[in-house]
Amino acid sequence: MARTVTYQQAINEALAQEMERDETVVVMGEDVAGGLGTDGERDAWGGPLGITKGLYGKYGDRVMDTPISESAFIGAAVGAATAGLRPVAELMFIDFMGVCFDQIFNQAAKFRYMFGGKAETPVVIRTMYGAGLRAAAQHSQCLYPVFTHIPGLKVVTPATPYDAKGLLIQAIRDNDPVIFCEHKALYTLEGDVPEEPYALPFGEANIVREGDDVSIVTLGRMVHVANEAAEALSGDGIECEIVDLRTTSPLDEDTVIETVENTGRLVVLDEAHPRCNMATDIAAMVCEKAFDSLKGPIKQVTAPHTPVPFADTLEDLYIPDAAAVQKAVKAVMESSK
Amino acid sequence: MQLSKDELLTAYRTMRTIREFEERLHIEFATGEIPGFVHLYAGEEASGVGVCMHLDDRDRIASTHRGHGHCIAKGCDVDGMMAEIYGRKDGLCAGKGGSMHIADLDKGMMGANGIVGGGPPLICGAGLAAKQLGTGGVAIAFVGDGGSNQGTTFESLNLASVWNLPCIFVIENNGYAESTSSKWSIACDDAADRASGFNMPGVVVDGHDFFAVYEAAGEAIKRAREGGGPSLLECKLNRYYGHFEGDAQTYRGPDEVKKLRESRDCLAMFREKVTGAGLLDLAQLDAIKSEAEALVDGAVAKAKVAPTPTAADLLTDVYVSY
Ligand SMILES: Cc1ncc(C[n+]2csc(CCOP(=O)(O)OP(=O)(O)O)c2C)c(N)n1
Ligand SMILES: [Mg+2]
Repeated sequence: MARTVTYQQAINEALAQEMERDETVVVMGEDVAGGLGTDGERDAWGGPLGITKGLYGKYGDRVMDTPISESAFIGAAVGAATAGLRPVAELMFIDFMGVCFDQIFNQAAKFRYMFGGKAETPVVIRTMYGAGLRAAAQHSQCLYPVFTHIPGLKVVTPATPYDAKGLLIQAIRDNDPVIFCEHKALYTLEGDVPEEPYALPFGEANIVREGDDVSIVTLGRMVHVANEAAEALSGDGIECEIVDLRTTSPLDEDTVIETVENTGRLVVLDEAHPRCNMATDIAAMVCEKAFDSLKGPIKQVTAPHTPVPFADTLEDLYIPDAAAVQKAVKAVMESSK
Repeated sequence: MQLSKDELLTAYRTMRTIREFEERLHIEFATGEIPGFVHLYAGEEASGVGVCMHLDDRDRIASTHRGHGHCIAKGCDVDGMMAEIYGRKDGLCAGKGGSMHIADLDKGMMGANGIVGGGPPLICGAGLAAKQLGTGGVAIAFVGDGGSNQGTTFESLNLASVWNLPCIFVIENNGYAESTSSKWSIACDDAADRASGFNMPGVVVDGHDFFAVYEAAGEAIKRAREGGGPSLLECKLNRYYGHFEGDAQTYRGPDEVKKLRESRDCLAMFREKVTGAGLLDLAQLDAIKSEAEALVDGAVAKAKVAPTPTAADLLTDVYVSY
């Protein structure tokens, strides 16, 4: 039965249900329970935003706090995945990939291919990304394009509570390494989520709004920005079709091509920096595979090529907003035949 | 190491300013006017000040996410810091960095840091530059107990040792990394025990005791300046507030902070020592408290009405412009 829960609760529920189903699933990370070795409460944190809170009470030592040693514990999760466990490791902020990236992209990502198809590495790295909390340059980035670049990694960017639960369950059951990217501004977002466990397949984009004039291909938090823009544009008589990629690797090229075939116009919306991001990737793919369907040039709406600024005035300017999307959609309408 | 009256006054003024700064931020944060994450240094003042009292502008320090105290101790402008924390254009980093990234390179303050363990490698570089350029400067990384477990810290200890760099690693062990106890996270008894594995001195001091920190840091810094290589100094101390503002701190024991404030407060200990020895009198110390309050009052008042950065500032300073 579906009821309304937050994105954060959906993630917690997916973890709990998979831990219940399969005792090889373990959760590890800094303060994922919290209070270890102190005089006060155990499970005091559940991570800095309380996402994993309560799991320790149910699953005890299968919820493991770690020292601040990402290279070691993310690597340990990878190693454990090759040796019979299904670890879900929390890399608190995606920005911290810098201190443990080798274990992810040279180790986990490579095993299957490099060992001639013999290895399976069913590890999930849950990580928080995105701007909006005034957390400044080292705690706000959208680094999923970096992971998407690496063959061997699967990269997931849920936009809703429903997708968060279903995609996380799929991530845990999947036998490849998965980078599960949670947008920090979405944790309090509410939505309908079934109580029972369910897995959503990777590589299947979601058409979240239908329309015949312009396609907006996007992901993560930007799905909601696209919706806001589409709502306003509809008032002006422009109907947008919004495609939420849901996973950037594997990528659902077919759905993207189909929507472009339908509308003939494309805006790609991505919160990441403009170079080598999902917007450039999608734009290039469409040019190559659906050029003849395009009635005019594609527009990309992205954050600027700067680190994420701290000041609220600057961060608000930095994050792509509905106004920028509306402008791009109108420009695409005008420049097309 | 004998301190002059003026030096004692400076030490107290700096510690007091940090305390007022942090206590005030605690109050202001609760009003919702301050954006982002704020980690307060209140309770730990004797460490930053005891170390930085030995330094001048040619010396460099790298700080942590809990950086306000190190900034003030290294001479950063209090108005500029406050404006930065409020996200103002005339902040020390033009409003682009915020609390976690305050820096003032002219003062040798290489930056607070959002990445735990970000500082130690950087000070190896600063130490290398000082050595190569013959400035006589030293480089110091402040590292938390949690940060002491980061691979970058271990690698830096080794590098500083094999390159014989003028570096000091100050581990500020406040008992917690977020909600996790350092008694659990550090496998040996003291983080300082690790120093021997890197062939450098490792000393533990009471980080609430300004004089203990001052003396131990003085020895390490002298050794580094004279070419004797790196050292590790572990200051055992406590933080008075949560990991960040908004932390409910249920992992702490009942009345833990209250007891610490009553028994191990670095400012109270300093007052007792200097007045007991007849070096300074209470009136002088109280006057400094009032000055510090006024300084912080002024900084907050100015920050609140200071202009914010605008669209014209968004794209600047990604690269050097020519
Ligand atoms: C590489 C990295 N991992 C994790 C974090 C999140 N984090 C910020 S502060 C902190 C705890 C640091 O503890 P400690 O080093 O003891 O410093 P303290 O907060 O006690 O001053 C953690 C885990 C981070 N900022 N960077
Ligand atoms: Mg600590």
